[in-house]
Amino acid sequence: MAEKSGADILVECLVDLGVEVVFGYPGGAVLPIYDALYNHPTIRHVLVRHEQGATHMAEGYARSTGKPGVVLVTSGPGATNAVTGITDALLDSIPMVVITGQVPTQLIGTDAFQEADTVGITRHCSKHNYLVKDPAKLAGVVHEAFHIATTGRPGPVVVDIPKNVQIATAPYARPELKVHASYRPQTKADAAAIDAAVEMLAAAERPVLYTGGGVINSGPQASALLRELAALTGAPVTSTLMGLGAFPASSDQWLGMLGMHGTYEANWAMNQADLILCIGARFDDRVTGRLDAFAPNSRKIHIDIDRSSINKTVDVDLPVVADVGSALDDMIALWKQRGHQQQDLSDWWSRIAQWRAKRSLSYPETGPEIMPQRAIADLYQACMSTGRDVIITTEVGQHQMWAAQHFGFEAPNKWLTSGGLGTMGYGFPAAIGAQMGNPDSITICIAGDASIQMNIQELGTATQYRLPVKIFILNNEYMGMVRQWQELTYESRYSNSYSESLPDFVKLGEAYGWTGIRIEGPEDLESGIRQMLDTAGPVIVDCRVAKLSNCFPMIPSGAAHTDMLLDPNQIAGIMSDEAKALV
Amino acid sequence: MHIQEELSQRHVLSLTVSNEAGILARIAGLFTARGYNIDSLTVADITDDHAISRITIVTGGPPKVIDQIIAQLDRLVPVHKVTDLTDAGPFVERELALVKVAGTGEDRIEALRLADVFRAKVVDTTIESFIFELTGTTEKVDNFVALMRQIGLVEVGRTGVVGLMRGKEAN
Ligand SMILES: Cc1ncc(C[n+]2csc(CCOP(=O)(O)OP(=O)(O)O)c2C)c(N)n1
Ligand SMILES: [Mg+2]
Repeated sequence: MAEKSGADILVECLVDLGVEVVFGYPGGAVLPIYDALYNHPTIRHVLVRHEQGATHMAEGYARSTGKPGVVLVTSGPGATNAVTGITDALLDSIPMVVITGQVPTQLIGTDAFQEADTVGITRHCSKHNYLVKDPAKLAGVVHEAFHIATTGRPGPVVVDIPKNVQIATAPYARPELKVHASYRPQTKADAAAIDAAVEMLAAAERPVLYTGGGVINSGPQASALLRELAALTGAPVTSTLMGLGAFPASSDQWLGMLGMHGTYEANWAMNQADLILCIGARFDDRVTGRLDAFAPNSRKIHIDIDRSSINKTVDVDLPVVADVGSALDDMIALWKQRGHQQQDLSDWWSRIAQWRAKRSLSYPETGPEIMPQRAIADLYQACMSTGRDVIITTEVGQHQMWAAQHFGFEAPNKWLTSGGLGTMGYGFPAAIGAQMGNPDSITICIAGDASIQMNIQELGTATQYRLPVKIFILNNEYMGMVRQWQELTYESRYSNSYSESLPDFVKLGEAYGWTGIRIEGPEDLESGIRQMLDTAGPVIVDCRVAKLSNCFPMIPSGAAHTDMLLDPNQIAGIMSDEAKALV
Repeated sequence: MHIQEELSQRHVLSLTVSNEAGILARIAGLFTARGYNIDSLTVADITDDHAISRITIVTGGPPKVIDQIIAQLDRLVPVHKVTDLTDAGPFVERELALVKVAGTGEDRIEALRLADVFRAKVVDTTIESFIFELTGTTEKVDNFVALMRQIGLVEVGRTGVVGLMRGKEAN
């Protein structure tokens, strides 16, 4: 058998695994790998400006294409800079493989130059990780790493490779996939659970389908099946932040997002339901609000591929451990086989109509400024009218919630946001990664003035690779979400939430070769958006919006769904210590 | 505002895991990261080829937390099987303790007498001290140590619990 260096083995594996793009940044401990990638015929390397950017690009690439994102960084600071993105991918179940260089094996543990305990640091923020000490084992590890990252509940896997292992040689033949015998995610549901789920659903008088990111992770087929199940049952559908797009926002059965900034109808329907079918969501605290008041009179079915998600916060009546797509497929087949008909849900729908009539997403438009919600609504209309495929990413804050509320998603994999970790700095690199994977789509990062500065250096990356990414900043000159909480909880003492010394975003973009556009007031909004969409290259838009708008509806943390605040007049300005202590 | 603690129940968990670098850190770290308790943890490889280890963990928590602990452990890639011995049926649990006691005269005789009652073995002796070796349940060891404390306990080493299900089946 021919011998190959560890670096060549790695690259060979990446080719065999179908990797087309690697997001990375070089350094001493990965030089052999960079040399193996030099002028590589099929693997495209995207040189980022900061390793955190690489991780979020890989996430954006993965979330928008369904393929795993791949990151390559050096030891020490390269690896530690990647930690936020690795954690982000863990919380949002994004398939990602991160290859880190490490100091040579004989120097491990000596506090060598750029040594960090990468496997120690990433042990609990990755789905799995490896330190490979022998080039003969590398190929097996890399293949297993991709398998683990992409199967079961997807997540980030870290492969730490000491520099001498990259250089040393070993006999190489394409490995058979050998996976830990202990790794066997359950993808097919127990027949008895499917049976019980179908019967509960068929008998429900006030059902709600509560869907989440798991539907997206399961693949486009799962979204199609969700639509079919909704059509068969006639049940209303709501979704978490992570699940938007799995069910079309234009459907009559769509209730909008649920949870802290969800719609009145979604949260009240959850509260009053007699049956909740949770599909690939995880009863996160942003969704449930006060636990003892969450959907108190409902029976609950929970479909999740990860058993540890079941009964973690909310006790359910029927767990269904399975891949969402597979479980939906089984349920639909059984529903049809049993000849179930839709229940008469007209009473239920008329109650929902009353909640809808509150128009909880409406907002006042009286002042001379652009309301941020209006900016999103107009952006949505303009995107629709292009007739092109549009991918939206967001940063974290009010703008993220407004985007979730006012942009309608019709298809999965078009909405990329940091839900679990809430990472400011995610959105812009994620847009670059999504654009890499979807060169023909319009990719827009809806950003806040504060968040966008967290990975602003990636302007250079988009320029270098001629990626026509758009950044649409809702500039309220505040860390708006922080300011809103301070208004609600700390009597408007705005401690360090004002965005002092903002850069001129237009000039900043121009300095990197981007087009910069400023939208000052309502009269520029439509034309500014159109100009952004009509510009072939990358564009940064500084859209000045009302500074003190708040994001409503809102369920204050620790409150029940029924205690939802609909408008600013309901703000108390002060809270109990118990409520303050919740995140 | 004050922080409230929840009531907790003792559970003995038995895990089989791949015997690979970092496995213990993975498990111990999971407990700290998620705020679970470890009362004791033992580990040793148990197969001919040294490929599999058994880890026995004594933990505590409300039933819901115990269920989460098991699910979280199960999710780790190198974990083969997690059995909650406390819930799974009758099981045997033992730990081993070495107990050093110093004293002379009547104390010395009383120590030996108690050791006999507990079936502890003398594994080291000087004119003024003994080391006793004792196996038994945690409770038995606790009781023995408590008695010896009154006589002249110097120091104790304990292995922590190992456990197996009763009956002929493997777990
Ligand atoms: C890395 C990181 N640091 C801090 C926070 C806490 N945080 C949440 S939203 C927010 C303010 C975001 O401000 P901006 O980007 O301007 O968005 P806006 O809320 O104004 O729309 C902050 C600081 C976070 N989510 N992520
Ligand atoms: Mg802002």
